[in-house]
Amino acid sequence: MMNWDMTDEEKLLKVSAANFFREKMPINHLRRIRDTNDPLGFPREAWQDMASLGWTGILIDEDHGGLNFGFRGLGLILEAAGRQLAATPLLSTVAGASRLLQKNANLEQKETLLPAIAAGETIIALAHDEGQHHGQDISTHATLQGGKYVIQGRKSLVLDAALADQILVLARTDQGLGWFLVPHKTQGLQWEHFRLIDGRPAAHLSLQRVEVPASARIGTMKDATASYEDLRNACAVGLATEMLGAATAAFEMTLAYLKERKQFGVAIGTFQALQHRMANLYCELEVSRSVVQRALAALDEDHAKTTVFASLAKGKLNDVMHAVATESIQLHGGIGMTDEHNIGFFLKRSRINNELFGSASFHRDRYAKALEF
Amino acid sequence: MLQDFRAEVRQWLEANCPASMRTPTMEEEEVWGGRKEQFKNPESKVWLERMAAKGWTAPEWPKAYGGGGLKPQEALILKEEMQRLGCRPPLLSFGIWMLGPVLLQYGTEEQKKKHLPEIVQGKVRWCQGYSEPAAGSDLASLQTRAELVGDQFIINGSKVWTSYADSSDWIFCLVRTDPNAGKQQGISFMLIDMNQPGVKAEPIRLISGASPFCEVFFSDAKTSKDNLIGPLNGGWQIAKALLTHERQAISEINKKASELPLEIQAKHKLPTRNGQLADEHFRQRLAAWHMDNTAFEWTLEREMSLQKAGHSPGAASSMFKLYGTELNKRKYELMMEVSGFQSLIWEGAGDEKDRQATRDWLRSKGNSIEGGTSEIQLNVIAKRVLGLP
Repeated sequence: MMNWDMTDEEKLLKVSAANFFREKMPINHLRRIRDTNDPLGFPREAWQDMASLGWTGILIDEDHGGLNFGFRGLGLILEAAGRQLAATPLLSTVAGASRLLQKNANLEQKETLLPAIAAGETIIALAHDEGQHHGQDISTHATLQGGKYVIQGRKSLVLDAALADQILVLARTDQGLGWFLVPHKTQGLQWEHFRLIDGRPAAHLSLQRVEVPASARIGTMKDATASYEDLRNACAVGLATEMLGAATAAFEMTLAYLKERKQFGVAIGTFQALQHRMANLYCELEVSRSVVQRALAALDEDHAKTTVFASLAKGKLNDVMHAVATESIQLHGGIGMTDEHNIGFFLKRSRINNELFGSASFHRDRYAKALEF
Repeated sequence: MLQDFRAEVRQWLEANCPASMRTPTMEEEEVWGGRKEQFKNPESKVWLERMAAKGWTAPEWPKAYGGGGLKPQEALILKEEMQRLGCRPPLLSFGIWMLGPVLLQYGTEEQKKKHLPEIVQGKVRWCQGYSEPAAGSDLASLQTRAELVGDQFIINGSKVWTSYADSSDWIFCLVRTDPNAGKQQGISFMLIDMNQPGVKAEPIRLISGASPFCEVFFSDAKTSKDNLIGPLNGGWQIAKALLTHERQAISEINKKASELPLEIQAKHKLPTRNGQLADEHFRQRLAAWHMDNTAFEWTLEREMSLQKAGHSPGAASSMFKLYGTELNKRKYELMMEVSGFQSLIWEGAGDEKDRQATRDWLRSKGNSIEGGTSEIQLNVIAKRVLGLP
């Protein structure tokens, strides 16, 4: 049986993460990014602040300047971020890249990259998906020519695209899949920038004969299918954790509104039809918390069933966050449809997060495969 | 310390648990105790007596009342060691799950001394008299009357959905002792011996066939005023406390250890393609159920851990009752689809196990009605957890 209780250190981290996002990055921060057409989508100073708290190095071992506090710790930060809909590079750079590098990079790559991530100097974007859905076949390819890799292909929906210093590109090689670290300024990278429905920037990337040295390939020449699976697990769980925070916040906003909004001379929260909908969502949020906590711990344990647990967490949170977000609009009534009210951002974020790192049916399929049915 | 205890428990179980008691319980060999218990498997009697002598049928109850006097961590170790060895529970008992905790909290010293040891030893089997024909979800509108005449209460009325009333010895009952007080204020909680001419129990046949449910009729039944638990007209508070125990018991009871996992059944009986279920729509629904079921089990685990840290169980039991029973209903719907034509046969052809599954499917529809309907649980969550008016 896993340890469900929080350690004292975890309790402290939870409080400081909640304070940080409430003060520095409340939901209105996202609104401002959208309204000012902020091209980066995230302030570099805030990344520095997170680095000085140790958060950017939370998965990195102590020899490379990190805290080695694990996913249970990172989860507390991501949940707090999710509550404020703060879209930080923690998902790409920390949950994704830092774990991938820690587990797969060679000594030299670790020496250069891990301390830079921990210090907040390097932000890494992930360029893995292609086509319109997560999990489609990778057709971007990298060919070894005269000691250099030449990468050719097209990547969809890269988050933190304008902000990142380096891009981690997944490509097919003669020896299976490989990860390549490509500096943002490399010749041949063509960006197509756009805004997501919640106002955040992102971009498609096309790679036109992009040349990188052989040393840009992460780790050895071996096939990266397993490390891709691990990255998908880590990011799916990280995202599910943010979604748990966001769904909980939307639920609480809606609950408060039901107690305050009066119609027919009474608070609308007195109506049983509405009470039962909230009580059902409450139960769903409680079981969601369990799957998220279990999956976070599994990543730290390198549990044999990590894929099962990760797909359970992301699959469940896709459904639950979407249910909470859509019900929240309905229960807010007309005001919930206005741009002025923040509740609409939760619905938009829910749709985005449902597509990133796998939809609900994608994860049900993956879960069933892992359990062989 | 705890390590020593574990070693001691393990050794004792190895030495004392009879061989057939280390196999999964078959329904017909379940032991519920009481005067009518027949012990179909003689080793189950030996097992019960040995466990009861140590007080381990009710491990956490005080030794003074026949219990095991174990601390919560020790009781957990006992449970784990029994699971490790595959031990059957020596005794299934509403006395242990429901009445006992209430007597420990509200009973007088005499009442505890009289009833608790008999519960621990499985000598007296208890049933629960709550619902009435006109008082289901609106339990507080119950009408069964008890009048104090001299030293005795005289009881008249009827109870319904009383599980196992026909094989029980005593019944714990909610009765109206003050017809003029407000609904909740005029109710008392009392214990009644069923072995008397004024009490009659009749089984109820359900859509699933024969059932443990009964109707119980009281006509001038008698019980001593010493069998009143808590204050006169103060039974409602006790009823509510007991319901929390009942809800937790129901979410436990629904687990059937002997059933093959649903995904295994499905792969045996449905067409597959490349080792996967070919019907993608069914496969997705099965996965969704499987995920929710796992999520639910982890939530029980997490809540237990919270309760150990001092979190009060109160409203959580409503969530578990609601979620657990709805999951159980979903499971049986999927199981019926897996069995197809087989699942339609009531009697005659086919094997016994499939026919049982069909009855279990029908029976499962009652899970979200008994012990407080799902709608009542939603009310409790909305009011007590969410603070809605």
